[in-house]
Amino acid sequence: MSAPTELLAAAASHTSTGEAFQFWVLGTVAVIGALCTILMKKAVHSALCLAGTMIILAIFYLANGAYFLGIVQIVVYTGAIMMLFLFVVMLVGVTAADSLKETIKGQRWWAAACGLGFGVLLIAGIGNASLTTFTGLGAANANGNVEGLATLIFTKYVFAFEITGALLITSAVGAMVLTHRERTERAKTQREMSEERVRGKHLPPLPAPGVYARHNAVDIAGLLPDGTPSELTVNQTLRGRGQIRDVSSEAIADLKALEQRSEERLGRDEEAVK
Amino acid sequence: MENLIALLIAAPLLGAAVLLCGGRRLDKAGHWLGTLLAGASFVIGAVLFVDMLGRSADHRTVTKHLFSWIPVEGFQANVGFQLDQLSMTFVLLITGVGTLIHIYSIGYMEHDENRRRFFGYLNLFLAAMLLLVLADNYLLLYVGWEGVGLASYLLIGFWQHKPSAATAAKKAFLVNRVGDMGLSIAIMVMFTTFGSFAFSTVLGETGGASSGRNTAIGLMLLLAACGKSAQVPLQSWLGDAMEGPTPVSALIHAATMVTAGVYLITRSGAIFNAVPDVQTVVVIVGAVTLLFGAIVGCAKDDIKKALAGSTMSQIGYMVLATGLGPIGYVFAIMHLVTHGFFKAGLFLGAGSVMHGMNDEVDMRKYGGLRKYMPVTFVTFGLGYLAIIGFPGLSGFFSKDKIIEAAFAKGGTEGWILGAVTLLGAAITAYYMTRVMVMTFFGEERWKHAKTASPDQPGVEPAAETHGAHDEPHPHESPKSMTIPMIVLAFGSVFAGGIFGIGDRFVKWLEPVTSFDHGNSPVAEWTVTAATIVCLLIGVGLAVAQYGRKPVPAVAPRGSLLTRAARRDLLQDDFNHVVLVRGGEHLTRSLVYLDHSLVDGVVNGTAASVGGLSGRLRKLQNGFARSYAVSMFGGAVVIIAATLLMRAV
Amino acid sequence: MNPVNYLYLAALLFTIGAAGVLIRRNAIVVFMCVELMLNACNLAFVCFSRLHGNLDGQIIAFFTMVVAAAEVVVGLAIIVSLFRSRHSASVDDASLMKL
Repeated sequence: MSAPTELLAAAASHTSTGEAFQFWVLGTVAVIGALCTILMKKAVHSALCLAGTMIILAIFYLANGAYFLGIVQIVVYTGAIMMLFLFVVMLVGVTAADSLKETIKGQRWWAAACGLGFGVLLIAGIGNASLTTFTGLGAANANGNVEGLATLIFTKYVFAFEITGALLITSAVGAMVLTHRERTERAKTQREMSEERVRGKHLPPLPAPGVYARHNAVDIAGLLPDGTPSELTVNQTLRGRGQIRDVSSEAIADLKALEQRSEERLGRDEEAVK
Repeated sequence: MENLIALLIAAPLLGAAVLLCGGRRLDKAGHWLGTLLAGASFVIGAVLFVDMLGRSADHRTVTKHLFSWIPVEGFQANVGFQLDQLSMTFVLLITGVGTLIHIYSIGYMEHDENRRRFFGYLNLFLAAMLLLVLADNYLLLYVGWEGVGLASYLLIGFWQHKPSAATAAKKAFLVNRVGDMGLSIAIMVMFTTFGSFAFSTVLGETGGASSGRNTAIGLMLLLAACGKSAQVPLQSWLGDAMEGPTPVSALIHAATMVTAGVYLITRSGAIFNAVPDVQTVVVIVGAVTLLFGAIVGCAKDDIKKALAGSTMSQIGYMVLATGLGPIGYVFAIMHLVTHGFFKAGLFLGAGSVMHGMNDEVDMRKYGGLRKYMPVTFVTFGLGYLAIIGFPGLSGFFSKDKIIEAAFAKGGTEGWILGAVTLLGAAITAYYMTRVMVMTFFGEERWKHAKTASPDQPGVEPAAETHGAHDEPHPHESPKSMTIPMIVLAFGSVFAGGIFGIGDRFVKWLEPVTSFDHGNSPVAEWTVTAATIVCLLIGVGLAVAQYGRKPVPAVAPRGSLLTRAARRDLLQDDFNHVVLVRGGEHLTRSLVYLDHSLVDGVVNGTAASVGGLSGRLRKLQNGFARSYAVSMFGGAVVIIAATLLMRAV
Repeated sequence: MNPVNYLYLAALLFTIGAAGVLIRRNAIVVFMCVELMLNACNLAFVCFSRLHGNLDGQIIAFFTMVVAAAEVVVGLAIIVSLFRSRHSASVDDASLMKL
């Protein structure tokens, strides 16, 4: 272990071929993932692509000697933050697809121009910096990466660390304040609720969704005896989102087809009997 | 004894305060109170005069510091009085003539329901005028100067229900403001130059100031004098000021206030002596006004306006005399005093005539009144003889001295001035004879004439009390009116002799104004003879024109000069065309400039900002993503700039 | 290979993220793009750490993560409350702050 450490400690201008191979392959994937993040119509797909990109970045952290950060990236970022994203995506509506058609006049052109200019300038700046050699983290990580970071965090950056702690608490409280809804009316008592139920329109439980023996999904309204769908049978949230599938016409068509087929069969049977 | 000086002013001031604040309950006794206090002031003046005579010529000046008015570091304004021979002359004239006119007014204003207010104003005038002549510094003089202006305004517009009177009052006030501006500027220049307003400092240190400063002060003082004394070019108000009651015309617009300009120039003699160029201007102003007023006086049919023209002309004489410097100061004041007597007498006579003629002022509707108003005729006649300079009467002594002084100026200037003053004497004789003949001699033209209705301009409303009869019944005025006229007639006859014989007045005033005989190119008796010849020519012409031929009831069209003179030599037209029209054009062009340029710039700026904002507003479309693009674009620009700076 | 290539990659990812912020309307996706930009920065910091041979870059990246976590919590809370009140997660719908 000591020999490669010493090797790494010396200034180098090239990394190993393995790392180069890894960089080119995973880098390509990361860029594709990033592009997919911004181009996918559904937010959930974007989130998954982003998660992939982040995992690749975690591998790059590890390759760059940032072992602690690599793990944290996977555990905190990909594991916690991205799951939080997915959670919110689910809350907002997982199936809702965004239109990628631009509505603000000239927005896309300006964005493209600025992005291109920015990228070109950034790359030109990096290219201009003449970074041909690098030190490597061999010496810095000599006592272990986590120990090294801990030393810095609790000595040099202790105040920043404390402040980020305060920041986290503040943001947690802030999130609670933002999502908390104040009750504006008095809570109904149990008596009131029971009276409401008994005196309301529906004494028995609401009819169940689905069409008997054909569809039992919650987003399909049950059919009334005359073949029309009943709104009451489906969840209010789904109704609000307009995610109800109407199968009334489908069922009637199916019924007709069934009757026709049975007639044909009966006919064939009669011919066979003759 | 010095404490009496303050009392001199306090008496009429008290009268004014009591009469103006006292209200209607003083209506019955108000005129007596006013007259009494004016008389008290005269008595105090007389006591002070006797006291002054008891001292030698060099110790006659008395000063009295009353209190510090505006005590600020570097700006000390005091209320203090200075009573010297010059002030004393004025005090006696003001209080004497003033008291007589108070007495006269008791009768003249008998039927006016606002008589108490009238006496309040008269007392206010006396107080202000006394303050003007007694002040020991220019700032306090200015207070008096404004005070007499205010009193003049109030009294000209006393019958303010008449639009003509109200307009005349405003006109007098406005024209006087122009002159007052001159005085205030002069005082400011004095303060910046000498650091003080006191006569002693300003006049004592004149030599130390630059000639530019002295010229400025002199010209501004002259402007002030022109405004107050109705000298060209600020003369236009005096004719209209005759809208006021006749006693007012006699006291303010003949005897006292209009002579304040002469007092101012004489008092500031040291400044004028230091700048001969300004003196030349003063002389020119005086000479022009002398002829101007005389010509106007010849053409007027309104007896009071004819006398007003005469007043202007006589003050022109005085101003001319003051412009001559030490040669003329004494004679200017002497003429001022004698003029105060005879012109006040003439005005009171005119008032008496109007009183008896249902307030008719048109001389063409008079005639042959000597039989009906003997006292008025005699006193008016003595005033007439005095003003034309009939040998032996006061006008003869004072005017003759001014003509002599004009010649004594020397050189071409002296000859021109002498000729002008002689011409003025001739015209004076002409127009005064015209007034005299038209009023008291000839046919009784009023007999079949209708009197003017009361609402006609120029007719005093007292006519209402007489009733508008078809035919006036001329009658002699009551005693309260005739006695002051008689007293003034005595003054007109004897004052000149008392002053002139033995050079008494010269000796009296010399310590204050200084005196210089000058070097006259012509002998004294030659001038006197020439004056008498001019006088005879003027009288002869007038008698030939108005005495021998019947006077037409309606004024003939007359020559161009006559018509111009009837219109006050186009002074109002000149003012209208040059000042009013000019002002209007200036205002209009300023308004245009304001609308087009100033408003254009302002509105243009606003419109362009508004237009730009309207366009910029579109950037503010509410879409966070648009803002993000702006931010990102800004970041791009900053990076580009950073890289560029590094590259450079 | 030179580790500078990581920087190029970071620049590319950052630009892609920025473009995403500008062109996507869904607030959640916009937020993800912001995360992508932050991650690109982190990659750059980690790479700098390696280039310079000290751990300060990693510390900065660590703090970035913490701040990003806090930001995500608040941001998602905002999105949720926004969705509750407007039934939409589009950033263009919240365009009332204009004349």
